Amino acid sequence: MKRLLSYLSHYKLESIMGPLFKMLEASFELFVPLVVANMIDVGIRNQDTGYIFQMGGLLILLGIIGLACSLTAQYFAAKAAVSTASCLRNDLFSHISHLSYTEIDTVGTSTLITRMTSDINQVQTGINMVLRLFLRSPFVVFGAMVMAFTVDVQAAMIFVLVIPLLSAVVFGILLVSMPLYKKVQKQLDQVMLTTRENLLGVRVIRAFNRQRSETARFEEENDQLVRFQVFVGKISALLNPITYIMIQFATIAVIWVGARQVDGGVITQGKVVALVNYMSQILIELIKLANLIITISKSVACMNRVDSIFCLEPSIQEKEGAKAQQEEGAAGAGAGIPRVEFDQVSFLYAGSTEESLSHMDFTVKKGETVGIIGGTGSGKSTVVNLIPRFYDIASGSVKVDGVDVREFPLEELRGKIGVVPQKSVLFQGSLRENMQWGKKDATDEEIYQALDIAQAREFVDSKNKGLDLPIEQGGRNLSGGQKQRLTIARALVRKPEILILDDSASALDFATDARLRKALREHTGDMTVFLVSQRAATIKNADQILVLDDGKLAGKGTHKELLTSCQLYREICLSQFSKEEVERDGQ
Amino acid sequence: MASKKKLDKTTSRETLKRILRYIKRYRLGVTASILMAALTVALTLYVPVLIGQGIDLILGPGQVDYEELVKVLTKMGAIVLITAAAQWLMNHINNVITYRVVKDIRTRAFNHLEVLPLSYLDVHPTGDLVSRIIADIDQFSEGLLLGFTQLFTGAMTILGTLLFMLSINPLITLVVVCITPVSFLVANFIAKRTFTMFQKQSQARGELTSLIDENLGNLKVVQAFGHQEESQKTFEEINGRLAGYSLRATFFSSITNPATRFVNGLVYAGVGTAGAYGVIRGFLSVGQLSSFLNYANQYTKPFNEISGVVTELQNALASASRVFDLMDQTPIPEDKENACQLNDATGRVDLDHVDFSYVPEVRLIEDFSLAVKPGQRIALVGPTGCGKTTVINLLMRFYDVNQGAIRVDGLDIRDVTRRSLRQSYGMVLQETWLKSGTIRENIAYGRPEASMEEIIAAAKEAHAHSFIKRMPKGYDTAITEDGGNLSQGQKQLLCIARVMLSLPPMLILDEATSSIDTRTEIRIQRAFSKMMEGRTSFIVAHRLSTIKEADVILVMKDGHIIEQGNHQELLEQGGFYAELYQSQFAVV
Repeated sequence: MKRLLSYLSHYKLESIMGPLFKMLEASFELFVPLVVANMIDVGIRNQDTGYIFQMGGLLILLGIIGLACSLTAQYFAAKAAVSTASCLRNDLFSHISHLSYTEIDTVGTSTLITRMTSDINQVQTGINMVLRLFLRSPFVVFGAMVMAFTVDVQAAMIFVLVIPLLSAVVFGILLVSMPLYKKVQKQLDQVMLTTRENLLGVRVIRAFNRQRSETARFEEENDQLVRFQVFVGKISALLNPITYIMIQFATIAVIWVGARQVDGGVITQGKVVALVNYMSQILIELIKLANLIITISKSVACMNRVDSIFCLEPSIQEKEGAKAQQEEGAAGAGAGIPRVEFDQVSFLYAGSTEESLSHMDFTVKKGETVGIIGGTGSGKSTVVNLIPRFYDIASGSVKVDGVDVREFPLEELRGKIGVVPQKSVLFQGSLRENMQWGKKDATDEEIYQALDIAQAREFVDSKNKGLDLPIEQGGRNLSGGQKQRLTIARALVRKPEILILDDSASALDFATDARLRKALREHTGDMTVFLVSQRAATIKNADQILVLDDGKLAGKGTHKELLTSCQLYREICLSQFSKEEVERDGQ
Repeated sequence: MASKKKLDKTTSRETLKRILRYIKRYRLGVTASILMAALTVALTLYVPVLIGQGIDLILGPGQVDYEELVKVLTKMGAIVLITAAAQWLMNHINNVITYRVVKDIRTRAFNHLEVLPLSYLDVHPTGDLVSRIIADIDQFSEGLLLGFTQLFTGAMTILGTLLFMLSINPLITLVVVCITPVSFLVANFIAKRTFTMFQKQSQARGELTSLIDENLGNLKVVQAFGHQEESQKTFEEINGRLAGYSLRATFFSSITNPATRFVNGLVYAGVGTAGAYGVIRGFLSVGQLSSFLNYANQYTKPFNEISGVVTELQNALASASRVFDLMDQTPIPEDKENACQLNDATGRVDLDHVDFSYVPEVRLIEDFSLAVKPGQRIALVGPTGCGKTTVINLLMRFYDVNQGAIRVDGLDIRDVTRRSLRQSYGMVLQETWLKSGTIRENIAYGRPEASMEEIIAAAKEAHAHSFIKRMPKGYDTAITEDGGNLSQGQKQLLCIARVMLSLPPMLILDEATSSIDTRTEIRIQRAFSKMMEGRTSFIVAHRLSTIKEADVILVMKDGHIIEQGNHQELLEQGGFYAELYQSQFAVV
């Protein structure tokens, strides 16, 4: 909430003028019953046609002024709401962009997207409604009561009694039904899940001939939904009849008290009409207020959710005074200092109590190719994610060119490294724009070179659009293998010192995969390459192979060495190659 | 353009007719609802008359007729109570009818999903189908409810008000009727302006959402390439545009209320002035004037509501027609009338000159023949996306062949019941699908009546028992949506246990390419070979060892079966398979 107010304070003028004009409009509205009372008491009593037309004119004038005030108010409210939401959106986007992997993992990208879109939209609606109505409705309710007092104190006492009662009923029903509506929503979600599940598992369901029981289950859930809906509907359907009864009975009371007062000569007949009118104004505003509260409570919930994202601090912070390591690094790497060094590295994911990597120890020389193999959850991707410092380690140290990665400015560190992620992602735009992600000023020549190495040149040429080839969102217009080759090219454009291929050839057939590895070897010079894979064939020719098992290094060495020294590696190879081949290699 | 609009009209009329057919079942409720609505409206409108009568009894000091006043007020109290009761009953009936109709439609739509051919389901994104059954039907239910409650009562209120006013005084009624069109003009003006602005707003919003989707969905990549600033720039540009459109859209749409209030005020002023003039002239009483003022307040409200309801109803119709469109898709043809049961198949499978393609333009399998003897192993080999699932689709009869025939034990599979055909196959797919429910329910999915002992035995044979035992509640552990609390390998083991429980004479197995840890992998292999003993098996194979041991290898590429034979034969052919095989061991 505090954050929202600070954003609103940039639009102080709008946020104050909006409600102010709204209240002005409301006060003009409150005069209307009095004018009509005068029409009756003065105009009709004195048979003064002129006066009646004057009052009629006054009513129209009040209407015009009211309209002007209200339009001004709406404009200011809209302006404040839209501008605030827009600022909020910019800042949130920037904030999210700078979160580190740990936060992205914990929150989840789909949640982040919802916060960015529908939640902020709801906040915008909320601000708009609050500025427009939150002051107006109570103002009219109490204004009507105050006006009733100016008309007649005794009759006004009925207002004093009815307003709290009415409010209690309206908000009581609201309070009871809101959690029930949540229950309905939850049940609807359940129905949705069942539908989804059925669509995703359609082959299995049909293979096992279970269509009938699935239908029965759906019907059961659907029935439950209807029961909830009807129940909550029954309660909220009470709102209108009950308020109607209360207001009309209050009106009866007003007429009765009014009759006594008129009889006693305290007030006139016109004043009674005015009192009746005030009563009906109250009802309309109270209902509006109830709806408003629903909107507000939704918006507040959304704002809180947005706020919780703002409260996330990126866990990876550049060390204060981190300065470019360029010179020292270059000098060091030239000599015998390894390019990448893991020294007793242990790592835990946030929220986990078990170490995902423990005591990882290895060094990689410049120009070496390193293969990393192991099962899911064995920590292969984690190892390579630590090199560009996507996560911070718990103990030990990760060094690049002899310098701890925490000493580098992030941009410099990541600039040295080309990453090809597991999931091949491309962005909407031209092929050239996508390739320039790797290097902002890459020339066409550099890009073509990278495409050549990544075995992507052939299919790019076959599309006859060159580098202007449009890429649709998520790369929909390309096949999985094509996308994968382009993401490899994107990393190569940068001519990185370290290239990380995180299971990046899984969509390639064996032949293309082999050609790719050959090209990489020939063209990358002293580039250090990390190959993460589940395929033994992919990594078996690497200079060094790391075998991971459950976060631990189970073996380290060449294919040949590991076949004799590492039981797990042997098992992996046996499950993928034939026995003879493994034995031949092992000798 | 004109013809399209006409077409839309006829489809929406068709849709409306169909909705009415669903409502027909509840005609008693509908009649009651209409009666209650009529009663509510009539009584609501009668109350201002009574108030007016009351006020006319309060003329001045000493001129108050208490006796009459009590009568009028008592009458009013009674009517208010009846009105409230009628109103509640009407709302309740409307709720019940709406939700039941919606339920009927939703259940039918879901039932239809179960009989739709896979050729439909495969090409329609899951999200789209789910949104039809959930979001569209919800939208429709809201529209229907609003239509029920507001359209009808609104129209009756307008009509009733006019009648009541006419009965009191035709002249002043004329004043009201004359000012009303102003309201329409204003509303029309606003609606037009707002519509274009809203369109622009939702366009900009869509643009922004897809940017957000792309950048936040792939935030890790954005960060790895340090692309945050460029993204921010694009974002702010679109966001700025959105703010501009939003401001105008919000402002224009928020004019509606003040503008109608203003028109309302005009009516009020007109009635007040004309009425007061009428009182002086003596053709109206003060009480009647008060009734008129009361009506003037009520009169314009339904117009507003109705215009809101009409948009809402249009949306509802659009949603309903999307749902009906789904329900109109032709279901899979029923089993043939004389279809026989396939019992205890020996496992002989013959593919006889089979032609198949998903779409006529892209021909896939052409004139393909294969004779599989009982107990043989057939390996399907080829790069990812080469169409290995096509073969599974045909064997299980998820799709029918275009030409030729597939026979099991000599029977054309189109001549046996789908149920018995599918019962004869055990299928383990790579995309492990588990249902939300307990582990036990999942293993027993194919045979819900299986005993606990049988379930445990199957789990043991699938090498799944040991990890299930370690789960917090053992076999009663609930699996969350899509098996989130299990590893990929564990899910696969459960899928194997599921087949192990009934162990049919023929198998379709899909070896996992990746993402399974080595130990589990070895277990899965053992379970697979246990299952395959003496059973005809079709295996989508990735492991060389499996491939080499197969009796027949089908090599697939781009959806076509390009080579066929055993390992040795294929190597000697020196074709695509040989290239595949050698590339895997080529020196890099």
